[in-house]
Amino acid sequence: MNQRITIPIGPQHPSLKEPGCFTITLEGEKVVSAVVGVGYNHRGLEKACEARTYIQDMYLIERVCGICSHTHSTAFCQAVEALAGVEISRRAAYIRVIMAELERLHSHLLWLGVAGHEIGFDTLLMYSWRDREKVLDALALLGGNRVNYGINTIGGVRRDISPSECEQLRSMLDFIEEEDKYFIDLALHESTLAARLGGIGRLSYEDALRLGAVGPVARASGVPTDIRVIEKYAAYDEFPMEVITDEHSDVFGRAVVRVKEIMESIKLIRFALDNLPDGELKVNVPRRIPEGEVLSRTEAPRGEDIHYVRSNGTDKPDRVRVRAASEANWHSVAHMLEGDYLADVPIIIAAIDPCYSCTDRAIVLDHRDTGCQQVLDWEALRRYSVDFYRERGFDAKSIKIPERKIIR
Amino acid sequence: MTKTFMERAVDWGRRKSPWIIHFNAGACNGCDIEVVDALTPRFDLERLGMLQQGTPRHADVLVCTGAVTLQTRDRLKQIYNQMPEPKFVIAVGSCACSGGIFDGCYCINGGVDSVVPVDAYLPGCAARPEAIIDVVNKLLKKWEEKQKEE
Repeated sequence: MNQRITIPIGPQHPSLKEPGCFTITLEGEKVVSAVVGVGYNHRGLEKACEARTYIQDMYLIERVCGICSHTHSTAFCQAVEALAGVEISRRAAYIRVIMAELERLHSHLLWLGVAGHEIGFDTLLMYSWRDREKVLDALALLGGNRVNYGINTIGGVRRDISPSECEQLRSMLDFIEEEDKYFIDLALHESTLAARLGGIGRLSYEDALRLGAVGPVARASGVPTDIRVIEKYAAYDEFPMEVITDEHSDVFGRAVVRVKEIMESIKLIRFALDNLPDGELKVNVPRRIPEGEVLSRTEAPRGEDIHYVRSNGTDKPDRVRVRAASEANWHSVAHMLEGDYLADVPIIIAAIDPCYSCTDRAIVLDHRDTGCQQVLDWEALRRYSVDFYRERGFDAKSIKIPERKIIR
Repeated sequence: MTKTFMERAVDWGRRKSPWIIHFNAGACNGCDIEVVDALTPRFDLERLGMLQQGTPRHADVLVCTGAVTLQTRDRLKQIYNQMPEPKFVIAVGSCACSGGIFDGCYCINGGVDSVVPVDAYLPGCAARPEAIIDVVNKLLKKWEEKQKEE
């Protein structure tokens, strides 16, 4: 079995909801090499930021990604606040933490469902997305919207948390905690899940460091990296934090890290609700931001999120650069895929919790010698199928199908 | 021309099981998770006979999210052309309707209707699952009326 076949998967593909193209070279059923092609979601957001004021940019930055919108806006706010030399109140910092951890809850539950879907375990998808609705309700309660909450503003937060909202939040947390106990039990003791996820998409400790993996992907390979602990931004310096790591270094390990992090996030939100300090929500920040440049980091549900902002003294930024977590993790995906079976490709890709809209700030092209011998393009594939049926005595022309509207 | 019994049965079948394909043409993911949300237990769009399909060849309704980027433009055309007749397009979210917040960016072609004809527009950032159910319901009613006229 020496014949190598190259299969392009994507950009529209059933496994994920976003466009990305994977050129996978196979030898039999085994993946020999994989090239990740992203850039389909490139919208020119960084350039658009330069044409708008800082306040307008807040709305734009929130829409870098619909799943981790809060963490992006937090990183941007921190950068601008550092440039302006203001410090936000403790209450505002606590509210930012609460929102960030709620976002982590919903993102990890979302991932659990997607992972279940990829391995044909649709019941898990339905269970975890059912529970995720409770978290979205809480986010809508606090922020006013289910997806882009718009709670951050430069200099603080826009909405307060009332005591009655705290109570509703606590009851939601109790519910999620019970459900997550079930998910942890499922992840650790369900033999089919361990058999399906164990041993695939391996990324060793050394490779995780070498390829610059971040977030749960790195933590599942035993690298204790967490910006919440390293940088202690917002109010994280007052929180008792535990970094969850796992030694499995495979997709199973990533699942274990994520379900355990849900538990950790619940603890953090409870701590924040118990110790919510009084204070102003927002401090005034001048419209014109003094000259300078700042690099700001936050821990998104997917890993380290970096924002770089350079100011030229006007009310518009000179340069904004976003390095989202998925962008760092893409490099390890090609490595993880090599040597695994084609059937495992979707779950390995899904295991880094990829987010294309986060990634596509710049187009990354990985030119690698794929050693491919046969690439079937669209026309060739069509001719092949027509000939295939004709050989078997079936003429496709005899079937009448309604005429299709073709757009050029 | 009146329809035969078989033709009416096919019409009914199509109306009661509109299979959808979801394509992200450059969205921020917000509308996409809401579309998937609409298919999960709390909202359960499958009650209306909707089923998400992996390939455009099996689908009747193209649910398109996001402003169309230059990279996905040709893919969107390709997907639309692969769908069998009759086909419908729903533009979900403000970006899909008009380009939204990204309108005017150098890599944006415009709303979905700048590339393929759109049957239903659903504004909102992000469009809520309730709204998605509503737009699907309206689309099906419109379809039914059209079928009666024929």
